[in-house]
Amino acid sequence: MQGYLTRRIAHSLVALLGVTLVAFVFVNASGDPAALLLPGDATPAQAAALRRSLGLDRPFLAQYGLFVWQAVHGNFGVSFRQQLPAAPLILSYAPATAELAVGASVVSVVVAVPLGIIAASYRGRLYDWLTSVFVLIGQSAPIFWLGLMAIWIFSLELRLLPPFGRGTLAQLVLPVMTLAWYVSALLTRMTRASMLEVLDQDYIRTARSKGLSWLPVILKHALRNAAIPVLTVFGLQFGELLGGVVVTETVFAWPGMGRAIVDAINARDYPVVLAGVVVLATIFVAVNLLVDLSYGLLDPRIRYQ
Amino acid sequence: MTARLRGLVRDPKGVASFALLLAIVVAALAAPLIAPANPLQQSLPSSDLAPMASGPGGARHWLGTDEYGRDVLSRVIYGARVSLLVAVGAVFLAGVAGVTLGILAGFLAGPMDAVTMRLVDIQLAFPTVLLAIAWIAFIGNNLASLIAVVALSGWASYVRIARASALSLRAVPFVEAMVAAGASRTRIMLRHIAPNVMGPIIVLATLQLGRAVLLESTLSFLGLGVQPPTPSWGSMLADGRAQLDVAWWIAAFPGLAITLLVLGANLLGDALRDALDPRFEQRRA
Repeated sequence: MQGYLTRRIAHSLVALLGVTLVAFVFVNASGDPAALLLPGDATPAQAAALRRSLGLDRPFLAQYGLFVWQAVHGNFGVSFRQQLPAAPLILSYAPATAELAVGASVVSVVVAVPLGIIAASYRGRLYDWLTSVFVLIGQSAPIFWLGLMAIWIFSLELRLLPPFGRGTLAQLVLPVMTLAWYVSALLTRMTRASMLEVLDQDYIRTARSKGLSWLPVILKHALRNAAIPVLTVFGLQFGELLGGVVVTETVFAWPGMGRAIVDAINARDYPVVLAGVVVLATIFVAVNLLVDLSYGLLDPRIRYQ
Repeated sequence: MTARLRGLVRDPKGVASFALLLAIVVAALAAPLIAPANPLQQSLPSSDLAPMASGPGGARHWLGTDEYGRDVLSRVIYGARVSLLVAVGAVFLAGVAGVTLGILAGFLAGPMDAVTMRLVDIQLAFPTVLLAIAWIAFIGNNLASLIAVVALSGWASYVRIARASALSLRAVPFVEAMVAAGASRTRIMLRHIAPNVMGPIIVLATLQLGRAVLLESTLSFLGLGVQPPTPSWGSMLADGRAQLDVAWWIAAFPGLAITLLVLGANLLGDALRDALDPRFEQRRA
């Protein structure tokens, strides 16, 4: 277990390091940050002084090494636009994003797990067919289109919900539902497929034949065994969920991390971009690590080696 | 393989999705012939006309017009060109790169495999949309760059599948026999491993086509796709967003077009998987 954990954490760290390197190369390839910061009439001497103070006069690897060293200590530099430390700045948007992501995840699980179970239990019947229509639309329609159509119908035509902004519970409904539709489509599909595999197993037939009724068999015997593939796919698709968060925040003018990073990219505010990318990648890697470790809890037969 | 493809022809899902995709491809290619109007033609008197309405000149606009009086139906038809070009180009590029890397990693194993898999981890840990936005913002947004960035965000899945197949093929007797007989590794990989991984790769590529369309339209929606006035579905949606309170159709129809194209790709991918994956056949029997 310990050896496995060490190796798994090491791989996660390598992946994170790679993400920072890619992001760092992008930032460097895109031009000279000093040119953006200086006023138009700056003298070459001023430019050289600024470049030296930002460390831009050093070789690339030295710059990257320094960046990683400081990043490990939570220091991503100072935002070009807002003159604030980049890491706390980007983290100040985290609660808004967490509201959205957690809300959508909860709604998705509550919708998708029962939908998937019932679809698998009534395989090939009308109900299964309706579920697959829901799944197909959720997987095919772009999130920003679903969001815009939701705004058009529920805000502009029916005047039931506010179209954008954050603060009240009513403002949370449309963005959470938009994001949840996509995530729950994916989860429903996985739950259904995974339950179909499990429901064919001998131990399910045994449980049924010893007289247990349908619901306890599903909840205690089938669901637990079906959960592992569902969790795995959820972990792998979590990156798509983060991408969905970025788009959803843009559509609904939701003041979260995704929109802050997009704004920073457009304004070429490099320290904020780097800090934001590292934060999102860390969340992704941590979620996948937790998913891997949860296998042992779900299925005691699994041993980590 | 041909026998299995016959199974595809009997699958209504496969036939329907293939027909849908074919219709979109034909519409894109024949856009000048079937579009009722010039997609760039502005006409302020016919601004924001509702679907089915006729303009001052008497021309009917089946899907309405946008803020500048441009015909939405014609723009949707022409918009298919950008989406298809970027998606097909990106899937091809990512597929070739990913399959090559995957076969090398799976068949050669050792350090090649370790390095490739760490690269895959990095790709999967990088938030795709942000990678694409950063690339476009920092490196530029011409068509080639758009194709490259969509490909860059999709190659890792091919590596995983090709590597898994190559790994299992390495231990199969016919491959071991070829190694013993002294065939070169390049020849084994090209002539014997590559054809044998193609089944699942074709399924994946079809499914990835939908993902590529979604990513391209997302970038266009965020203003990072092909530049106006070239019509693309994502940028039409962005225009429609500003007009949502007066003209819902500007956003509704391009989004529907994206959904149909992605739906077609997803359904065809599912049908191909059913037809090509022998395990599925067994389970059904």
